[in-house]
Amino acid sequence: MKRVAIIDYGMGNLVSVVNAVNALGVEALVADSPADLGRASHIVLPGVGAFADAMRNLGDRGWIPALEEAALGQGKPFLGICLGMQLLAATGMEHGEHKGLGWIKGRVERLVPQGEGLRVPHVGWNAVHPVPGAGDGLFHGLADGEDFYFVHSYAFVPEDPAHCAAVCDHGGLFCAAVASGRVFGTQFHPEKSQRAGWRVLANFLG
Amino acid sequence: MLKNRLIPVLLLKDGLLVRSEGFSYHQIIGDPLHEVRRLSEWNVDELLYIDISRGDVYDQRRDDTLHGTLATPLDILDAVSRCCFMPLTWGGRIVSVADMRRFISRGADKITINSAAFRTPELIGQGAAMFGSQAIVVSIDAKRVGNGYGVFLDGGRTEAGADPADWAAEAERLGAGEIFLQSIDRDGTGEGYDLDLIARVAQATSIPVIACGGVGDFSDYAEGIRAGASAVAAANIWHFKELADSLGKKALLRAGVAVRPGRT
Repeated sequence: MKRVAIIDYGMGNLVSVVNAVNALGVEALVADSPADLGRASHIVLPGVGAFADAMRNLGDRGWIPALEEAALGQGKPFLGICLGMQLLAATGMEHGEHKGLGWIKGRVERLVPQGEGLRVPHVGWNAVHPVPGAGDGLFHGLADGEDFYFVHSYAFVPEDPAHCAAVCDHGGLFCAAVASGRVFGTQFHPEKSQRAGWRVLANFLG
Repeated sequence: MLKNRLIPVLLLKDGLLVRSEGFSYHQIIGDPLHEVRRLSEWNVDELLYIDISRGDVYDQRRDDTLHGTLATPLDILDAVSRCCFMPLTWGGRIVSVADMRRFISRGADKITINSAAFRTPELIGQGAAMFGSQAIVVSIDAKRVGNGYGVFLDGGRTEAGADPADWAAEAERLGAGEIFLQSIDRDGTGEGYDLDLIARVAQATSIPVIACGGVGDFSDYAEGIRAGASAVAAANIWHFKELADSLGKKALLRAGVAVRPGRT
């Protein structure tokens, strides 16, 4: 039985993720304590906010070892959304240098778009190009260049390009999705990307 | 390539959606949810939902709705977020970081602050530190004053004594992620955007500017983008014109503006 734990660590809008998962006919469990992970088959780490606050909140609430055990130890499929994806990195550069979860080696750096009229935050709908052969089916059934909704100022730069599952262009290519084994991250918001986003969530939920 | 956004604005007053003219005349449109459902089914780019109520009574004035009575803004947000599968910005009655948290945790992706941001500018930075700049949209209501423009607070009733371009630049410096710029003069007139206002504010900032106020024809949208807006918004036209999303998108595409095509 599929049951998605949506991690509540005091960062942002969980309701949208819950509603999208429910709309796919899958049970969503808002997990406010690490003990809840035992009842879940899949884990989603959402989040809007600042990198350092998010890591501190995860740490204070005892999430870090619990998530490592569930995702890396037991291999439960894990999806980080937006800030949740960025936290997978080893290092975040938002307001100073901060340590991330480090599950996927890389750094989170501020977007510096090259080109006239390109603004930061990168807000809105932009075409996502899945990297052929990467992503373990996360973009299955979706055309190259489907639009997804982004709202962010920082982006994940993986150390190993093989971890980049999709790219997007905003005055230069940045990594729009990462994958390493059953650990996934999307910089865009699948829960707010309507049909294309639901497809990504459905692929993740397998 | 990042697409320009076309954004419907829904105005909530005392529990019902309204149409606004000059920020002073409000005509009831109706139920706070059914427009949200329609817009979500159309796959619109984003939704701005702004509570302009001045009192504390939220009443749908009927007891036969399927959603029951929604007696507070948070009740309405709960119901909206259940049928809104597009990015949602919520505005109105947000005067503290605790308020921001309340609305974001109940389903808003971004919040917008207007008079509170002007009177308590540190709210912008506190919100950005907590939720990220991308979640903090500063709304600016502007009106022609002499040869320039002035910022107005309290739903257009109080002149702030500031220039909208200067205030937008300051809001960006403090940590705002976007500017939602409304022309009070053009509100409800259908005469098109105040392009001079948009150009001044867009030139003064490097964050996205969402233009609003005055759209009467779908061809007005492209003018707003050309003047420097990253996104074009409107309220009334979404209530009164057929296929407001797909025809609006078509007009933008015809004018050479990159947008997601609409769905009929």
